[in-house]
Amino acid sequence: MDSTEFHIYWTLALFILFIAIVIWAWSSKRKAEFDELAHLPLDEDKFVAETKKSEGENNA
Amino acid sequence: MQETYNYKVVRQFSIMTVVWGIVGMLVGVIIAAQLAWPALNFDLPWLTFSRLRPLHTNAVVFAFGGSALFATSYYIVQRTCHARLFAPALAAFTFWGWQLVIVLAAVTLPLGFSTAKEYAELEWPIDLLITVVWVAYAIVFFGTIVKRKVKHIYVANWFLGAFILTVAVLHLGNSAALPVSLMGMKSYSAYAGVQDAMVQWWYGHNAVGFFLTAGFLGMMYYFMPKAANRPVYSYRLSVVHFWAIAFTYIWAGPHHLHYTALPDWTQSLGMIMSLILLAPSWGGMINGIMTLSGAWEKLRTDPILKFLVVAISFYGMSTFEGPMMSIKTVNALSHYTDWTIGHVHSGALGWVAMISIGSMYFMIPRLFGKTQMYSPRLIELHFWISTLGVVLYIAAMWISGVMQGLMWRATNTDGTLTYSFIETVTAMHPFYVTRTVGGLVFLSGMFLMAYNVWKTVTADDAKAIDAIIPEPAH
Repeated sequence: MDSTEFHIYWTLALFILFIAIVIWAWSSKRKAEFDELAHLPLDEDKFVAETKKSEGENNA
Repeated sequence: MQETYNYKVVRQFSIMTVVWGIVGMLVGVIIAAQLAWPALNFDLPWLTFSRLRPLHTNAVVFAFGGSALFATSYYIVQRTCHARLFAPALAAFTFWGWQLVIVLAAVTLPLGFSTAKEYAELEWPIDLLITVVWVAYAIVFFGTIVKRKVKHIYVANWFLGAFILTVAVLHLGNSAALPVSLMGMKSYSAYAGVQDAMVQWWYGHNAVGFFLTAGFLGMMYYFMPKAANRPVYSYRLSVVHFWAIAFTYIWAGPHHLHYTALPDWTQSLGMIMSLILLAPSWGGMINGIMTLSGAWEKLRTDPILKFLVVAISFYGMSTFEGPMMSIKTVNALSHYTDWTIGHVHSGALGWVAMISIGSMYFMIPRLFGKTQMYSPRLIELHFWISTLGVVLYIAAMWISGVMQGLMWRATNTDGTLTYSFIETVTAMHPFYVTRTVGGLVFLSGMFLMAYNVWKTVTADDAKAIDAIIPEPAH
């Protein structure tokens, strides 16, 4: 594979990666999580509490 | 004892943002006046346009904009990670190191030391210092991300992280040079001919894309929700906005080299990628403005929101204008004319300066244990003065630039040029005067800001205290 060929595949790989990111971000599974994350700068105390809680769950 | 955020370095950079804003814009007004009245260089080599112009661009981009980015990135990364800044000694070093870079630029550029690469004029010893400071910056920023106490990395940090990482790569790539001697300032670029031009504009346009856009979008994604007290309009749009900017900006550089020795296909590719950039730019702009959706009435009363919303509007305007100007046939008219200068200032004054000013007005009182600035009325006045200044400036440059381009290309029926060069210069004169007035108006607003900041931080109840990091609930 010469360098031009490599660049073609690399560009295509990045393009597919980008499409995958768009699909991932727009999937309905992400919606609830994203809506909550958007509040991160606003409800600072709430986030500390929840992060702690989820850490506790992981440990259990 | 409760752990606090490290606000000291944020305070230092915030104050210097105001100081360097005034210095950089003052140099801008001086060179604008020199174009209208050339005698103002007083026949002194240190005051010629050729030496002061890079001083102006370096001061506003790297001293004013850079200080604003350091200040807000250190503030945002701590507040959204619930963690005190990593490596406090390195953070202090980034402040003093960056100030030293600025002072060295202010000395060497008027003395005539320049690599002649736009926005990368500083010679190799200063470039080495920039590299060291930037690596320290990256360690402090990403170190804070690593020690975060919140699971998720908020979107503003993604933009700020991309800005830090990409600027490091751009700086190292474009500034690669061979010094003539270890004792002298002069160096030669590692690249030659059209490759050198392409590397320069790969750097130059991504300095716009990542220094002047991604970094300030990080500001938008934090301070816009904070000032509006509403979450960002669409978080998933912000995620796609980030990756689209990251994947596409890097290709746009060739539009600075239309109709040059650069291969034609490279020019066309640069044009196509610049047009594609319109989509993520407007996605981000809509996301920023729509954050106010349902709370538009706050715009009437909150001057900080006015700054932020108008800044985002200018972001939308200049990211529409940019792709249009990258179309080769439009570029044939606009390139090398004042239209470009108008476009740059619609981005630099309208977007970068106004989003920074709005963010500073929100952040500075909080760094000094207060909830708001000394005088909201002065912020309101500053907002209207700034808006008037930008509009005067860019309208003058648009008219001047389009006229200049049309006069350059006008030919008589026998094929000779209709206008001599000096006729185009004479035609531009009234617009150069208008532009100087616009710049002066914008600068005068910065003095209002300096007064307001001074009264805020020296008030009896102002204390340089660090806010407490929220404790995890037990």
